[in-house]
Amino acid sequence: MTELIKEIEVEDLRLAYDSKEVLHGITFDVYRNEILAVIGPAQSGKTSMLRCLNRTIDFTASATVSGQVRVAGEDVRRTKDIYALRRKIGMVAPLPTGLPLTIYENVACAPRCSGLSRKGDLDPIVERCLRQAALWDEVKDRLGSLGTALSGGQQQRLTIARALSHRPEILCLDEFSIAIDPVTTMRIEDVLKELRREITIVLVTNLTQQARRLSDRTMFLWDGEIVEIDRTEVIFSGQPKSERTRGYVEGVFG
Amino acid sequence: MSPEHATDPSSLPRPQRARWAVLGERAIEALIRLCGVSAIVFVAAIFFFVLREAAPILVRDEFSLTEFLFSTEWYPTSANNIRYGTLALTVGTLSVTALAMAIAVPFGLGAAIYISEFCSGRVRETLKVVIELLSAIPSVVWGFVGLTVMSKLIVQLTGAPVGVNILNGGIILALMSVPVIVSIGEDALKAVPDSYREAGLALGATRWQIVYRVLLPAARNGLLAAVLLGVGRAVGETMAVLMATGHAVHIPGGILDSVRTLTANIAAELGEAPAGSDHYRVLFLTGTLLFLITFLVNLTADFVVRGIRRK
Amino acid sequence: MRFEKTSHVARKERAEAMAKAIFALMATAMVVPLALIVGYLVYLAWPSLSWEFLVDVPKRGMTDGGIWPAFVGTLYLVGISLIVATPIGVLAAVYLNEYAKDNWFNRVVHLAVINLAGVPSIVHALFGLGAFVYAAGFGYSILSAALTLAIMTLPVIIASTREALASVPVAFREACWNVGATRWQTIRAVVLPNSISGILTGVILQVSRAAGETAPVMFTGAVFFKAVERGELFPYGLREQCMALSMHLYTLATQVPNVKESLPYATAVVLLGSVLLVNTAAITLRVWLRGRKRW
Repeated sequence: MTELIKEIEVEDLRLAYDSKEVLHGITFDVYRNEILAVIGPAQSGKTSMLRCLNRTIDFTASATVSGQVRVAGEDVRRTKDIYALRRKIGMVAPLPTGLPLTIYENVACAPRCSGLSRKGDLDPIVERCLRQAALWDEVKDRLGSLGTALSGGQQQRLTIARALSHRPEILCLDEFSIAIDPVTTMRIEDVLKELRREITIVLVTNLTQQARRLSDRTMFLWDGEIVEIDRTEVIFSGQPKSERTRGYVEGVFG
Repeated sequence: MSPEHATDPSSLPRPQRARWAVLGERAIEALIRLCGVSAIVFVAAIFFFVLREAAPILVRDEFSLTEFLFSTEWYPTSANNIRYGTLALTVGTLSVTALAMAIAVPFGLGAAIYISEFCSGRVRETLKVVIELLSAIPSVVWGFVGLTVMSKLIVQLTGAPVGVNILNGGIILALMSVPVIVSIGEDALKAVPDSYREAGLALGATRWQIVYRVLLPAARNGLLAAVLLGVGRAVGETMAVLMATGHAVHIPGGILDSVRTLTANIAAELGEAPAGSDHYRVLFLTGTLLFLITFLVNLTADFVVRGIRRK
Repeated sequence: MRFEKTSHVARKERAEAMAKAIFALMATAMVVPLALIVGYLVYLAWPSLSWEFLVDVPKRGMTDGGIWPAFVGTLYLVGISLIVATPIGVLAAVYLNEYAKDNWFNRVVHLAVINLAGVPSIVHALFGLGAFVYAAGFGYSILSAALTLAIMTLPVIIASTREALASVPVAFREACWNVGATRWQTIRAVVLPNSISGILTGVILQVSRAAGETAPVMFTGAVFFKAVERGELFPYGLREQCMALSMHLYTLATQVPNVKESLPYATAVVLLGSVLLVNTAAITLRVWLRGRKRW
């Protein structure tokens, strides 16, 4: 095992919507090339936390953020180029969202925004990302058709291809399997297992078994606070440090 | 084809946006912001330029603002006793608007209720299209209809000596204002959540009872706004009333009397008033007055609508 | 077990049916005048309606002849006001829907748009006179009249464009932000291309509004009469005055004694017909594009 490099460092992160605080000063690290699962009941602040990482929280007018978030050593709030930061982080939302563009343009969107425009540059990127997302074989003959016309499972894989198109160092998935069928879920889980060799993955999920299957470490976030963060074997061992963790994992509540 | 294994993603150079692309984007965003505030600029400009032409007369000794607003004597071209009293014109505007609203509000709200609560599918779509077409008819065409069709009708049905009067203008204005009241009224009713209707049905109420016991009170603000905007439309109308209400600048005795409104008066006399003359400036002052009236009406309507959004 | 109608229920149902009938009557009270008016106008205009009428020029002191100078004059006015109003209106709507945060300044902007829409047409005429004819020095001209029309019809474009922009789901914008696109890149790639239909509807409505307005052009650049060649396509210069269909109707109806009876009616029919045609096109476009949704 190579030395553990911190890819993301979060220190005392607080987030409030208007006057209601939803994250109460959480502190944790994410190491390079690991899969960190974030589990917890609904309304725990998991999605909000992700949005603080790539600063899309900025688009919510009522949100106030304090604390430190460092991505690859760089403080996200002091970054000079916020768009470059967002391209370092790939984000997959819960609801499959194909953009109303052609499948090709869906994946080419991010490279175009970064300045690439020649077909010779874009073609290999589109193919590589669609292959990585396990979607290439199904769509290679109809790259010119509308992305929104695909099925839910295909659109979610399209989103992953889009997220990979800007060569992120970190991939965040926010309950990606909520609106898709189990078969596609399994396929995407295989994709994640492949990807972890190159990038770091933060996997927010409400399926505790999914966390158990995929992740190296697991963080249990409850009501805006980290209850426990440890190796996955420990969390699911039946003897985690916190009773609440055991209760949630075993389905007593949640 | 296998994904890039050994390559550390952060070691490859990331593509950069061309400098001209970044500058171009900043330029177009500046243009967008400029256009965004253009509405403020234009409204302010309208007020400024209209007042500018009127201003010189405000400082003249012979001119009295109270007389302007409250005297009924409008004799701008008199040989030896020029007087600029707009009260008769204001009463003209008010009388035609009042009659128009008396017709348009019940019909408009009734139609809005019908479209929103009692009909469906094909009928609703057709009615909405008709309303939209009705609102597209140019005001000069309405004025022409008033001058010809309506005038003959009124003379035949009421025996009045002239067919262009308050009644004529009121009916025409009503037909012009109804689409505004219907469309905004319908929006207001649609904004009431379906749960209200379902609650009423669960209690055994008929659709009519739901309308007057539940929906009308709930949509009260939006319906009020609809009426206010209809009033604004009626007060500001020019060509239609110019052609349909007649010539007489006086306080009317009944709805079969001819009148002239503030708007029509400007249109009728502006062509003959030499630029820069007192008459010219007083007409611009009337325009300023009209601007302020409609500004206030629109402001009130917006506050009323805002009242619902805050709930 | 059959439920028998009690007298109470029967009474409620009768009230309901009566209410429904009254409201239906009120709604039809608007359809009927429209049909009657159009019918009566066409009936009286019939003797004059012909292709000749459109292409010919007014003759014999405007008591006879055609309406070509007025028709082409309206095309000029509408065309120029469209070119001026559309970019400003679209970009203003983009600002209001995509960039404007919810603060007091933008509430004022929003109010300004509403007020601009409510200014009486004669006040727009006074503004055009004071600002373009005199202050800017354009004089009585097509330029002054078209600019006045542009400012007057701006709210139409802003409203339609805003509606179109707002109908694009937020999820698409979020997806673009997540891949590092800037606001403008998002708008250009996803939001604007999917709002074209609404923008087009707004443009069509603007055309219809501009063609029908009389007061704003009457005092800034439209004239009683201008000598023009029959069927001439480009008879006017920008700094010249022109005839306009809306004003021509007013002139024929009130300023020309002994006019041939069907003439003003025919003018009204051409004006009304053009406006209704344009609006029907807008409605048809809206309905057709609704069926072609891309998501």
